Amino acid sequence: MVDFGGWDMPVQYPAGTIEEHLRTRTHAGLFDVSHMGEIDVRGSDAIDFVNRITSNDVRKLTDGQAQYTALTTPQGTVIDDLLVYRLAADHLLLVVNASTTDKDWEWIKSHHSGESVELNNVSSEYCQLALQGPDAVSILQKLTDLPLAEIKYYHFTPGRVDGVDGIVSRTGYTGEDGFEVYAPSDRAEQLWNKILDAGDSGSTTGVLPCGLAARNTLRLEAGMALYGNELDETTTLLEANLGWICKLDKGDFTGRETLARQKEEGLKRKLSGFEVTDRGIARDHQDVVVDGEKVGQVTSGSPAPFLKKNIGFAYLPVEYASVGQEIQIDVRGRLVCARVVKVPFYKRPK
Amino acid sequence: MANVPEDLHYSKDHEWVRVDGGEAIIGITDYAQNSLGDVVYVELPKSGDEFAANESFGSVESVKAVSEVFTPVAGAVTQINESLADEPEIVNSDPYGKGWMIRVKMSHPGEVDSLLTAAEYEDFTKAETE
Repeated sequence: MVDFGGWDMPVQYPAGTIEEHLRTRTHAGLFDVSHMGEIDVRGSDAIDFVNRITSNDVRKLTDGQAQYTALTTPQGTVIDDLLVYRLAADHLLLVVNASTTDKDWEWIKSHHSGESVELNNVSSEYCQLALQGPDAVSILQKLTDLPLAEIKYYHFTPGRVDGVDGIVSRTGYTGEDGFEVYAPSDRAEQLWNKILDAGDSGSTTGVLPCGLAARNTLRLEAGMALYGNELDETTTLLEANLGWICKLDKGDFTGRETLARQKEEGLKRKLSGFEVTDRGIARDHQDVVVDGEKVGQVTSGSPAPFLKKNIGFAYLPVEYASVGQEIQIDVRGRLVCARVVKVPFYKRPK
Repeated sequence: MANVPEDLHYSKDHEWVRVDGGEAIIGITDYAQNSLGDVVYVELPKSGDEFAANESFGSVESVKAVSEVFTPVAGAVTQINESLADEPEIVNSDPYGKGWMIRVKMSHPGEVDSLLTAAEYEDFTKAETE
């Protein structure tokens, strides 16, 4: 168990990280992500308010749709990355990272000015279980009458799972198909056990409970950023390849001007994916070297259990960020060769 | 419960030593491989490299972490386990057998007597988990 944003979280379950990772890619994995924070925004100005403090266009959402977006500073850097759920035209739910929940909550409250909204930090009221993998639909369907196959990617349906009222969302952080189920926190244990049973957890092709380590390797293989590694208040959304959630022409939002200027002037550095070509594993915070000069730092480095490669992310000066660029990683004093590659590293077969 | 063979010597850094004449065969314990999780990479020295006692001779990496490994006794490396390059997972499946790491010509064969016995090591790991 490790401390993660104030939560005691298992790094891995008895099967181990590699098996958890592979099972999620081939069958299903279950993750207890109840540590994630939830902020409830209600009122006639809910959409306008959230639209003003986040980078994506909240007005594009319809009821039952979710959106990946970011809370931005005036400098265009990232307070947090989050999901916005539109429950109704006057009711949004923001799902934020655990370690940043308190910071986000203070930021959101302090940027509220005159809009007609009611804000509530409801993090402790929700549990969240993520069932991910190609078997997710068939497993979860045993516990609900909701037509799961009909829920589109990045859409959700309020409804019952095993008799518990909640929200079933076709989203995830693994690169696989799957669901994130939000329910009252006192029902976490019931849902956890029922989903494991429904997924035949004891068998070699059944669902496996997965810890933080597999959550990290799965999201990295799928090319997804992790707040605190790839994203923080020193990295702009454009540098992090998140231009697609920066709707610069949607109207004003915090950081818009800086981001528009950065887009016009061009980037100096860019988040880049790499694959180690020598023997050796790149790890977080190690230096990236080109021609003997330090040019960047690894933000996430790890073995990729499904790809059976050693991969990572690093911010690199744009002149070294093209696919095919040869770089080196300083692995505890040993220079190990690597190459910039296309992200995502892994894309699931459709 | 971790397996702790009677006939080996142990270090507090969770290495084991098997004495074979004037040579010591060194690996990591069952307790160590279990706490590390799936071993995905083992970095070993070269034959001929010399190490003092308790010096780092390489590293063992799991998906999540890197751990250094230390020589419980001083000596020169006479052989390394080449098969760990392609099958690092045998450190997990057979830590005291096929998962051995290096063979060392001991500078001071008496040094093994200062290491922990199996019973002492078992007590030590119990205290560490409590």
